Amino acid sequence: MSTGVVTAHSVVEPSGRAKTVAATLVIAYAVISMIPLAWILLTGFKSPPDSISYPPKVIFAPTLEGYCNLFTTRSRQTAEYMATLPPATGTCEEIARARNMVIAGPSNYAPRFINSIVIAYGSTFCAVVLGTLAAYGFSRFKVPLADDLLFFILSTRMMPPIAVAIPIYLMYRELGLSDTRLGMILLYTSVNVSLAVWLLKGFIDEIPREYEEAAMVDGYTRFHAFWKVVLPQATTGIAATAIFCLIFAWNEYAFAVLLTSGEAQTAPPFIPIIIGEGGQDWPAVAAGTTLFLVPILAFTVLLRRHLLRGITFGAVRK
Amino acid sequence: MTEITPVPSLADRVASASPDWVARRATGLSDRSIAWLFIAPTIVLLLAINIFPLIWTIRLSFTNYRANRPNAPLLSVGIDHYQSILGDPDIWAAMQATAHFVVWTIVLQTLLGFALAYFIDRKFRGHALWTTIILIPMMLSPAVVGNFWRFLYQPQIGLFNYLVAFVSGVPPSSFEMIGSVKLAPWSIILVDTWMWTPYVALIILAGLRSIPDYIYEAAEVDRASKWRQFWSITLPMVLPFIMLAVLFRGIENFKMFDMVNLLTSGGPGSTTEVASITLKREAFEKWRTGFSSAFAVILFVTVFGLANIYVKALNRVRQR
Repeated sequence: MSTGVVTAHSVVEPSGRAKTVAATLVIAYAVISMIPLAWILLTGFKSPPDSISYPPKVIFAPTLEGYCNLFTTRSRQTAEYMATLPPATGTCEEIARARNMVIAGPSNYAPRFINSIVIAYGSTFCAVVLGTLAAYGFSRFKVPLADDLLFFILSTRMMPPIAVAIPIYLMYRELGLSDTRLGMILLYTSVNVSLAVWLLKGFIDEIPREYEEAAMVDGYTRFHAFWKVVLPQATTGIAATAIFCLIFAWNEYAFAVLLTSGEAQTAPPFIPIIIGEGGQDWPAVAAGTTLFLVPILAFTVLLRRHLLRGITFGAVRK
Repeated sequence: MTEITPVPSLADRVASASPDWVARRATGLSDRSIAWLFIAPTIVLLLAINIFPLIWTIRLSFTNYRANRPNAPLLSVGIDHYQSILGDPDIWAAMQATAHFVVWTIVLQTLLGFALAYFIDRKFRGHALWTTIILIPMMLSPAVVGNFWRFLYQPQIGLFNYLVAFVSGVPPSSFEMIGSVKLAPWSIILVDTWMWTPYVALIILAGLRSIPDYIYEAAEVDRASKWRQFWSITLPMVLPFIMLAVLFRGIENFKMFDMVNLLTSGGPGSTTEVASITLKREAFEKWRTGFSSAFAVILFVTVFGLANIYVKALNRVRQR
């Protein structure tokens, strides 16, 4: 500075001490905010007595009981009956026998998890297809009232889900769509399509028009140019949008708890009602929660570069 | 660029799968009709699943309809429901609970989020990795995670009470987060802040990074103090981003349902009964469909107004 020449480095680059302080605070925040998640992971491997001990146990004998309980239903048996049984086969059966129980059958977790997968992927696929088409339309053509239409599309996502659920409930009852996967796929598609249009419009806006125009000069039709020129360029944007839609549909609870009860119920309304003997079976709940969250963790890492864009409907781009 | 194996184009596929008149016209469409071909499916879906039900709700809000008695005679009650909502102390209590929740989550998340973004922007080694870790809570299902917080908040065995007791020295069974009238509203604010501070931080971080270095350099040349630089450069330039985050969190928390429903279900009593929980109780427990439709319409209008402001804010940020 004594020379009077201000370089970018001398002013903008924070000092070493500032960096250390910042790093300490940020890492402290990260560690504290991870405690609840770490606790979910740990609780999944505890036995029920360990999970409710005081003081809370960090070191314990890990067991698969929570995961076994998550996937099975068990029934308590008398000692006489237990004595007549052949030796237990499999880890879960052994764990159940140790608690004087036998496995009565599979629980509903697996079907609910499958429902979540089918509904999340189905609705994501539909929302991305519709969203890509609409986004291209808005991006490349002079649509009358385009701004109003785009606002209308966005505002549908802002509606309180419970308020939307009342008429949907009545409508689905009339149409026979209550508690069906198709009904949920349609509903999630309609919620996600708004995000898809807004995000994809941003991505498609970034693709130079000249590419398609050149293709059309070469004799491509508009659809051909869209298919062969625009779509390949928009792959990253489409993938990022799809993951956002997938996460929304995967996490959604309000519609699911009000509009599904059996057949089409997804995992989020199911996990909280996992109960064991004498109250909530927390290790099983934690196991179910862990399995449910793992895909999202993977997707978050994949998405990290597009996160900002996704959560602001494309308004903020890095 | 010679194509050796021609892939059938979308147009060709549409043409081969469509009636003749569509195929004939697919190549010769005006730009406006092509635009509508692209946009119409989305609009039709939204009309069917959002707008048609919305109109239905408005219609029901003027009737005595009850969804659990579909065959009862449908009577018009005029604007009675709207009048009784505006005079209903329970509804006002719910609006107050909602306001308390919205205001405090916004205040805490903005302050914490700003601090977090500011420190991440010091660009220490490994900041990208730690940022990704910090962002994890906001990607998770509020319902599933909120449900687990019920366990963390258990007065005797919960980890939260244990840690608070460990740090502060009060006995862990001396307070109940979700069981006491005084602390329950804070229990939901805390979980929401835990989940969504990263969201606010990420948006503010983008704002901080959008400020060009040369502005600070110029300020440095003018010998402006760091404090002065913060108030005259950093804060004003980040403000649109803060507004964006605040509006978005405001809208989201105004309609908050999942996390609160699982954590406290509106209790104890109705201390944490935010608007959406009241709506659910009226609509799906008491089955007062007409009354709850009127309440839904009022919430719609409020959110619609907020969304309007939100989109204007979005456009302002985008122009930057």
